Amino acid sequence: MSRIPATFERLTRTGRKALIPFFSVGDPSLPLCVPIMHAMVAGGADIIELGIPFSDPMADGPTIQRSSGRALKNGVTLRDVLKSAAQFRHEDGTTPVVLMGYANPIEQMGRERFASQCAEAGVDGVLVVDYPPDEARDLGKLLGARGVDSIFLLSPTSTESRIKEIAALATGYIYYVSLRGVTGASHIDPQDVAHHIARIKAVSKVPVGVGFGIRDGTTARQLAEVADAIVIGSRIVEEIEASPINDVPANVGALINRFRQAMDA
Amino acid sequence: MKIYDMPDLEGHFGPYGGTFVSETLIAAIDELKAQYLHYRDDPKFQAEFAYELKHYVGRPSPIYHARRLSGFLKGAQIYLKREDLNHTGAHKINNTVGQAMLARRMGKQRIIAETGAGQHGVASATVAARYGMECVVYMGSEDIKRQAQNVYRMKLLGARVVPVESGSKTLKDALNEAMRDWVTNVQNTFYIIGTVAGPHPYPMMVRDFNSVVGRECLAQMLEMAGQQPDVVLACVGGGSNAMGIFHSYIPDESVRLVGVEAGGEGIATGHHAASLSAGSPGVLHGNRTYLLQDSNGQIIETHSISAGLDYPGVGPEHAWLKDTHRAEYVAINDDEALHAFHTLCRMEGIIPALESSHALAQAMKMAPAMDKDKILLVNLSGRGDKDMATVAEYSGITF
Repeated sequence: MSRIPATFERLTRTGRKALIPFFSVGDPSLPLCVPIMHAMVAGGADIIELGIPFSDPMADGPTIQRSSGRALKNGVTLRDVLKSAAQFRHEDGTTPVVLMGYANPIEQMGRERFASQCAEAGVDGVLVVDYPPDEARDLGKLLGARGVDSIFLLSPTSTESRIKEIAALATGYIYYVSLRGVTGASHIDPQDVAHHIARIKAVSKVPVGVGFGIRDGTTARQLAEVADAIVIGSRIVEEIEASPINDVPANVGALINRFRQAMDA
Repeated sequence: MKIYDMPDLEGHFGPYGGTFVSETLIAAIDELKAQYLHYRDDPKFQAEFAYELKHYVGRPSPIYHARRLSGFLKGAQIYLKREDLNHTGAHKINNTVGQAMLARRMGKQRIIAETGAGQHGVASATVAARYGMECVVYMGSEDIKRQAQNVYRMKLLGARVVPVESGSKTLKDALNEAMRDWVTNVQNTFYIIGTVAGPHPYPMMVRDFNSVVGRECLAQMLEMAGQQPDVVLACVGGGSNAMGIFHSYIPDESVRLVGVEAGGEGIATGHHAASLSAGSPGVLHGNRTYLLQDSNGQIIETHSISAGLDYPGVGPEHAWLKDTHRAEYVAINDDEALHAFHTLCRMEGIIPALESSHALAQAMKMAPAMDKDKILLVNLSGRGDKDMATVAEYSGITF
C-alpha cells in the first residue's frame, strides 16, 4: 500500500484538503530538487508531484515546457528523477511522492524495470499523461503489485462511461483537469469544476484532486470546497523562474505556505 | 494475394500505432473515430470525395514514362506518378479535402494544421478557403525561414500562420503546438493532421484518403505498360505519400515496396531524419512507432535538406511494414537528393520537390543494375517550386 491513502485519511480527520505542488526534477538544478521538496513539505504540502522532463511535453503550456527544457539542458534523466525520489524518501518517510511525465522515457527504461525502480525509490504513485488505461494495462498491474498507485486524469470532456472506466482502475487519487487546455492556462470556472467533480465523486472510490490553471489562494480555496486535493504546477514554476537560484527552496516554500493558509482559512 | 486489413479496431499495426494521448483528447478522438468510420462507408460521402478529387484536385494524376532519364541510366524503366500536378502541387491535398469534408459534417468551423515544408499547410489553407472555414497553421520558426514562399501562399489563402518557437522549431514542435490548440478549442476545432502519424484514427484515415494514388496506379500501369511495376518507391518523412501509393500494392507480394528516408548529411554523422533506418521504437505524438531518440527516451533533433522529411518519427504502418519485411526502407543523403533534383530538371523538364527527389535518387541508384524491361514506379509526390530558395542557397546563388 502506498502512503497516499493514509495521507488523505489524516487530512479528512483534521478537516483539511490536500495541497499537491508540482515541479520538474532538475529545474532550476538537480542538486536543488530534494531541498525544494523539503521546503514544500515545510510550507504545508501533503503530496509532491515530481515532473519527469520530456523533450515534447504535448499537454503542457509554455511555463512547464520551459521548465522541462531547463531540466533537460541540465542533463536530467528518468534515472535522476528516481534517484532524487529515493534520496527524499530516505529523509522523509511519510510524504507521498508521485511521478508525472510522458510515456517515452518509461518505454525506453522498460515498464517492468520502471515499476520496480519506483517501488525501490519509495515512489507512491505514477501519472503518465499519454498512457491512457487501454494502452498501459500492464503498467498498472506492475505498479499495483509493488504497492505503487496508478493516477489517472479525467477532463471536462470525459464521458459518463469514461469516468466509470477510469474510476474502476484508479488508485491513490484521480486528477481532474479543470479546464479545456494545457497546464498553466487561466480561464478556470469554479462552478463548472464543482459540477464535474460531483459527477466523478459519485462513482470514485478514491479522492479527487483538481489542477491546471490554479494560480492564487482564492481559487485554491474555492476549489478545495468541492475537491479533495488541489494541484499547483505552473505557478510554482513561475516562482522558480523569478527567484535567484539560491533562494528557490525558500521562495517556493513560502508560496506553498500562502496557498496552505488560504486553503485552511 | 494476401488479404491486408490493418490496423485493428484500436488502431494497432502489430505493436505500433494505438492512441497514446492525454485524457483531455480522448473524447475528441472517440468522436472523430466514430464519425470517420461512419462516413467511410457512406456512399454519398465517397461520391462527393470522388467528385472533389476529380474537379477540384484534378485527379487522376497521370503516370509519366521518364524515357530520357531511363535511357541515360541504361537500366530499368522509370515511371513517375505525377502527384506534383495536383492542385496545390503535392499529394497533400487528397487528405485535406477528405478531412475538411469530415469536419464540415461534424459541424466544426475552425481548422488547424501543422506543417513542415508548408505543403500540408497550403493544402489545409486551400480547403479551408474552399469551404469558408477559419484556418490556423502551426509551423516551426526554422521552417518558416526555409519556406517563406509557402508561408505567403497560406496567408494569401486566408490562413493565419503561427510560428512555433519551442523545441527544435520544426515539424515535430508544430505538431505539439497544434495538439495543444486542439485540446484547448476541441469544441469547434478540427485538427487536420497531414501525415499517417498521430493517434488512431489518423494513420488509417490519412492513408485511406491518400490511397487513391495507388488505386489509380494499379489501373494506369496496366494500361501504359501492360504490367504492374517491379518496384514502387516513395519518400518517407511521416510517410503519407508512401502509404498512399503502397497501400494498394501491399497484397501483391511480387511488387517490391521501397521507402526512402532522409539521410541528411549521412546516417553516420547523426545529422539525418531516418527514423526507420537508424531509430528505435517508442511513443510520440499519440502512437508507438520508430523514433530518433537518445537512450533516455528524449526525442533528438533531425536534419534534412527537405523540411517535409525533417521529422523524428514515422507513421506506425511503416514501422509494421518494416518489421514484417513487406517494405524495405533506405536512406538518401542531401547531396544525392539534390543531384536527382537537378537531373530530373535537365532531363525531363520536371522540377521535383526535394522530398520526392529522395525517392527519385533511390530509383536512379537501382535502375542501372536492373534489366531494361523492369519497371520502377516513383511517387513524384510534389513539385519543387517551393524549393527554389533552398536549392539556390545550396548552389551558392543569391537572388
